Amino acid sequence: MEATVTADMLEREKAFNDRIARGEVIEPKDWMPERYRKQLIRMMSQHAHSEIVGMLPEGNWITRAPSLSRKASLLAKVQDEAGHGLYIYSATETLGVDRLELTQQFLDGNAKYSSIFNYPTLSWADIGAIGWLVDGAAIVNQTALAKCSYGPYSRAMLRICKEENFHHKQGYQILSIMMQGTAEQKEMAQDAVNRFWWPSLMMFGPSDANSPNSEELMRWKVKLHSNDDLRQRFIDRTVPQGEAIGLTFPDDKLKYSETTRSYEWGQINWDEFKAVVSGNGPCNKQRMQARKTAEENGQWVRAAAEAYAAKHYN
Amino acid sequence: MSTDTKLITWEVFTQKKQGAAHEHAGSVKATDPKMALLNARDVYGRRNEAINMWVVPAFAITASTPEDVGPFFDPANDKLYRNPNFYKLSNTYKPVAD
Ligand SMILES: [Fe+2]
Ligand SMILES: [Fe+2]
Repeated sequence: MEATVTADMLEREKAFNDRIARGEVIEPKDWMPERYRKQLIRMMSQHAHSEIVGMLPEGNWITRAPSLSRKASLLAKVQDEAGHGLYIYSATETLGVDRLELTQQFLDGNAKYSSIFNYPTLSWADIGAIGWLVDGAAIVNQTALAKCSYGPYSRAMLRICKEENFHHKQGYQILSIMMQGTAEQKEMAQDAVNRFWWPSLMMFGPSDANSPNSEELMRWKVKLHSNDDLRQRFIDRTVPQGEAIGLTFPDDKLKYSETTRSYEWGQINWDEFKAVVSGNGPCNKQRMQARKTAEENGQWVRAAAEAYAAKHYN
Repeated sequence: MSTDTKLITWEVFTQKKQGAAHEHAGSVKATDPKMALLNARDVYGRRNEAINMWVVPAFAITASTPEDVGPFFDPANDKLYRNPNFYKLSNTYKPVAD
């Protein structure tokens, strides 16, 4: 009996792998290996949590934006990030998990989110650096994910990528204008880049050799490029943009190689990355607390919505 | 701390321009239809993506299953005579309209 089940499973798994190999897109009700489902839930929910937590460092500057127009742009950008969180939670739910369950995992401290959002936003220039570098890195990642094998995730990424271009441009524009300003403004912009450069490179995750999930995810075409490849792509696109407006990068090994037509660069501090991922970054506790407070403060709204629905729609 | 709200899932369909068919855009969570529509507007219509929206409780949708692919749609496969290409004619035949 048991042997038949195994043989059947193997056959289904083989058929699934063949579909992946043919470049077919997997839809929610299609058969998929349990492990494929689990890995997607893990990856997509982390991604969704990151969009939500990502609103916090930028939200910090909404009330202090230097002009009404900057405030309107920042507000719209942060609202987009909330939308991104929702798209991805919805897409994750198609795998048979409830959003409330995912939120609870997060609030209980049992889910991860991108380490970049555990760094503080100390000056207005940080908003420029985040749009340009953090959203820039996110675009490189998400453009690749838009071609992934799971339909709902790929469609969510397509939608998100369209919106990210505005985020990236508004960030770069903030820094460009500051770099044309007073010595103090230039210094502020440079300082923001100095602080956000390395954490942005860490966003692509561990080096291929130390990335435990990479091999499997690439086999399933959930990931189409390795962490290191995407990181390099980001560096090659971003460095010339920075240099064009007079910014430098906090890496004395950074230099263009004519032979590879690509940048050589230094070493990521992986100890710092590990510390931040495991909860000891500069703002981890603050971010978790902010999410918990938001959840508590929203309790009465959810209760009111429920009462309203019970009265009018049941 | 609790997240025990009875939110249900609503599928969102948007019409991009007049005369176009509604297309599936994604889903939102809400407790009632009005809230579903407002959430849908905020999530799927921030950039003029729609001039009209439908929200439908996900549980109200009945879908065919992937296993159906063969047998369920069989009638389409074995009746090739429904397609104009089935009819072989001489070159003198021209369509009545382009
Ligand atoms: Fe985003
Ligand atoms: Fe963004």
